Amino acid sequence: MYKYFLRYVISVLFLLGISGQANAEFKVGFVYVGPTGDHGWTYQHDEGRKAVEAAGIKTTYVESVPEGADAERVIRQLAQSGHDLIFTTSFGYMDPTNKVAKDFPNVKFEHATGYKREHSNVSTYSARFYEGRTLLGHMAGKMTKTNVIGYIASFPIPEVIRGINAMTLAAQKVNPDIKTKIVWVFTWYDPGKESEAAQALIDQGADIIMQHTDSTAPVQVAEKAGVWSFGQASDMQRFAPKSILTSIIDDWAPYYVERSIAARDGTWKQQDTWHGLKEGMVAMAPYNSAMGSDLVKEVEQLQKDLASGKTHSFTGPIYDQKGNILVAAGSVADDGMLAGMNVYVKGVEGDIPQ
Amino acid sequence: MEALLIKVEKRNDVSPSIYFLTPVLAIFLTLIGGAIIFYVLGFNPIEALKFFFITPISDLYGLSELLVKATPLCLIAIGLSFCFKSNNWNIGAEGQLIFGGIVGGGVALLFYGHEGFYVLPIIILSGAIGGMIFAMIPAILKTYFNTNEILVSLMLVYVAKLLLDYLVVGPWSNPEGFNFPETRQFSESARMPILFDGLRIHAGIFITLATVFLSWLILYKTYLGFQIKVSGLSLKTAKYAGYKGKTMIIIVFVISGACAGLAGVGEITGPIGQLHRNISPDYGFTAIIVAFLGRLNPVGIIFASLVVALTYLGAETAQIFLQVPKYTGQVFQGMILFFLLGSDYLLFFKIKFLGLRKNEL
Amino acid sequence: MSFDINFIGILIGAIMASSVPLILAACGELITERSGVLNLGVEGMMIIGAISGFALMVVTDNLFLAVMGSMLSGLIISIIFALLTQSLLTNHVATGLALTIFGIGMSAMIGKNFVGIPGKEFPLLFVSLKESVPFFGPIFFGHSIILYFAFLLPFLTNYFLKNTKVGLIVRAVGDSPTSASNQGINVLLVRYSCILYGGAMCGLAGAYLSLIYTPQWIENMTGGRGWIALALVVFATWSPIKVLIGALIFGGITILQLHMQAVGLRIPVQLLSALPYIMTIIVLVVISRDSRKIKLNTPTSLGQIFYKEK
Repeated sequence: MYKYFLRYVISVLFLLGISGQANAEFKVGFVYVGPTGDHGWTYQHDEGRKAVEAAGIKTTYVESVPEGADAERVIRQLAQSGHDLIFTTSFGYMDPTNKVAKDFPNVKFEHATGYKREHSNVSTYSARFYEGRTLLGHMAGKMTKTNVIGYIASFPIPEVIRGINAMTLAAQKVNPDIKTKIVWVFTWYDPGKESEAAQALIDQGADIIMQHTDSTAPVQVAEKAGVWSFGQASDMQRFAPKSILTSIIDDWAPYYVERSIAARDGTWKQQDTWHGLKEGMVAMAPYNSAMGSDLVKEVEQLQKDLASGKTHSFTGPIYDQKGNILVAAGSVADDGMLAGMNVYVKGVEGDIPQ
Repeated sequence: MEALLIKVEKRNDVSPSIYFLTPVLAIFLTLIGGAIIFYVLGFNPIEALKFFFITPISDLYGLSELLVKATPLCLIAIGLSFCFKSNNWNIGAEGQLIFGGIVGGGVALLFYGHEGFYVLPIIILSGAIGGMIFAMIPAILKTYFNTNEILVSLMLVYVAKLLLDYLVVGPWSNPEGFNFPETRQFSESARMPILFDGLRIHAGIFITLATVFLSWLILYKTYLGFQIKVSGLSLKTAKYAGYKGKTMIIIVFVISGACAGLAGVGEITGPIGQLHRNISPDYGFTAIIVAFLGRLNPVGIIFASLVVALTYLGAETAQIFLQVPKYTGQVFQGMILFFLLGSDYLLFFKIKFLGLRKNEL
Repeated sequence: MSFDINFIGILIGAIMASSVPLILAACGELITERSGVLNLGVEGMMIIGAISGFALMVVTDNLFLAVMGSMLSGLIISIIFALLTQSLLTNHVATGLALTIFGIGMSAMIGKNFVGIPGKEFPLLFVSLKESVPFFGPIFFGHSIILYFAFLLPFLTNYFLKNTKVGLIVRAVGDSPTSASNQGINVLLVRYSCILYGGAMCGLAGAYLSLIYTPQWIENMTGGRGWIALALVVFATWSPIKVLIGALIFGGITILQLHMQAVGLRIPVQLLSALPYIMTIIVLVVISRDSRKIKLNTPTSLGQIFYKEK
């Protein structure tokens, strides 16, 4: 009798165990906002996922999840189906991620580019893309003949404004005559619109095309028009072999592997990560030799200095468009200021759309 | 040369059992079509279909999600059934949904920080009115300027989408939200009450059910419903009988717009809780499939909305477990409608096989 | 904005390039509609054309085959629509919508293996003249053969409808299928042909996007252009020449908006983008008010099911 009872208890516990966690194996889930083949944002996250897989950890992904009511269900389904760590890789997943995290305290969540960490099992992470923009600005300032830099921007959020400012400051340093022309396309990913924007900027005299959108369309337009361009998120070199000077690469792989292993081994802790060139979360694709070996050396040195902290992208004195001082001479912008940046620096033309 | 002789005859009466069996046939054919597609893509068709149609609703949460998804679809389709029954081709429900969302969301932002039982009803009502007003545009243009309502309602979808884009990027964007294209989160008083802890199913489902019941009453128990059906059968008969065609066009559009507006406001006050650029994954267009699949009948539409909602959920589940491409959901939706419309032929026409005959060449 | 004459030439050239898919799809749909059939599946047929063209380019490495294949696949998918609406007498609106939803899903499924592959360079004609001839250079030269075809198409379509016997038959069928049928015209054959032709043109429009305009495959890359093409047909009051003008206006709004931004003007981008749709509604109201005007070009039987008792 006692034996029976024990067996019963054990089997119930076992059943509870597997229903609570459908699979005992450690699994990591990824939620993507675009298709894995966008060759930009989502593509790079998926490269990171593959690195996790290569480290011997099982992964799952769901792509093209709209940032609406559906996101919460997808995240919850991943949590429910036995995923132990879930990366949600778009800003719009911020609230759904926190909501689901509340109901699954044993599952760890990592939200990219957000700022809300409402529960102890939610971490946020992002990269200091602006450091890459500083390098781009340096190259653009040196390479432009028309002194017009064309910039395709997505949404007027701090990250994008930061990129425009960092690029402009660096370009002004080497070429005080440069002008930054900005076109807002209000999308992260629309090849048709992006290519029309690139063409419009080229027709307006820009001989450098920079993008803060994710498709490869702008670099293709630049290639056709014979002007310089820079890739975004991933190495877009093969889409525009002549035109691309370099690409800013989002390298999530080391972070994803590190966090996945930490979660598996039980050492995962909540944190807010903002990594840059130093940690390798922002990396630069090989520099195009067409810009000359002197400039390549200069940029490589600048990259080293940014990584080591010897140089900062936002070193004072920095003025806003009206000439008010933003960062005093001799000091650098702090992370709080960078995170909330919503004004243009002096030298950028036009207004931020409201 | 031999030829199969087939004679096609128009049926005079349609038996109700066939009428409601063809949607089932369409779903069955879609499953077969789906199995073939899965096989071609290299998946085990049985397993894939299981993950597509059974796994998503095998627990309470899944069922609740199914209802969350079916709620707006059912609501819009009910409204559309009034239009379609009377031969008014309103295909702009997506626009009416978005505009209802904009108006309801605007009011919700106006009431930001207010607490009180009256807040939510006002928001819901204004959403319905928003959808109504937006649906009036094609109706009025049709009645007074003789314009084609298909094209006007379709164009207005894009106007509504771009207007929403403009508002959430610009004037209505969250002042503390770092310029991200979204509004503030609505206050608690502006949110649909959740029915069960931990599930997302919200009070919006009662609005939908009430609407279903009301529309059944109107369609089958009132003179107005009779008028709607008659004018759908033949405009000439309706005119002969002295019905006011113009008023009726406006009435059906108003009903349909109000339903779409309610669906929009239900989404933003329910699962979303704010306005942003993607408040609807094309519910307004998918609801057209639902309306047809449900045979423009209130009860039929309930079932149809559940089936179509399942194609959304199934596509997600199948991707999580089998990495089946997510777009199979859309392929399924298209196929269901193709098969349904095609099998309608059997409804209205008899096919007689007259045997084989030798053709002289 | 720099107002030198060459810049305006460049601007016109860019507007022309952006209007090509609209012209192609709208001219195809126009023929379909003139035969009395309303096919709302333009977007679906375009996107199928886009993926087929691109996939064939990758597989065969032959641009000619890719272009032809895109037209063929647009045609093939339109057969579904023709079969359903003409032979099985289904509702045009519902069938067309189903075609669009199906096409978008299907293209994404086929396209899964073709994402992220760079396209091939499409040969452009008279490139040297583009640079050397002031003002007219960028307008008339340095384009792909498809652009030249697209700008010829409205005139060909116009001639076809007005001056050929077949064109006359198409219009007769669109205006009154019953009386056309009584005169011994095979209505079904005419409508099938017009639907299939429309499908082929939409396929070509899609291929222009995936092979020339943004040479790569991306999910949903038609981005609503199919719906704009539908609007365009109405905007043009079913006249091919006006399709051309309308396409340039619609394309122009998009391009000018970007240039205004680039010179630092603050404009409500979204509201400007809504203009083509609002303009179409206004045109629709204006032409529909006057019953004589609408009779001029509008196919009277548009969207109505034709059934002949045998």
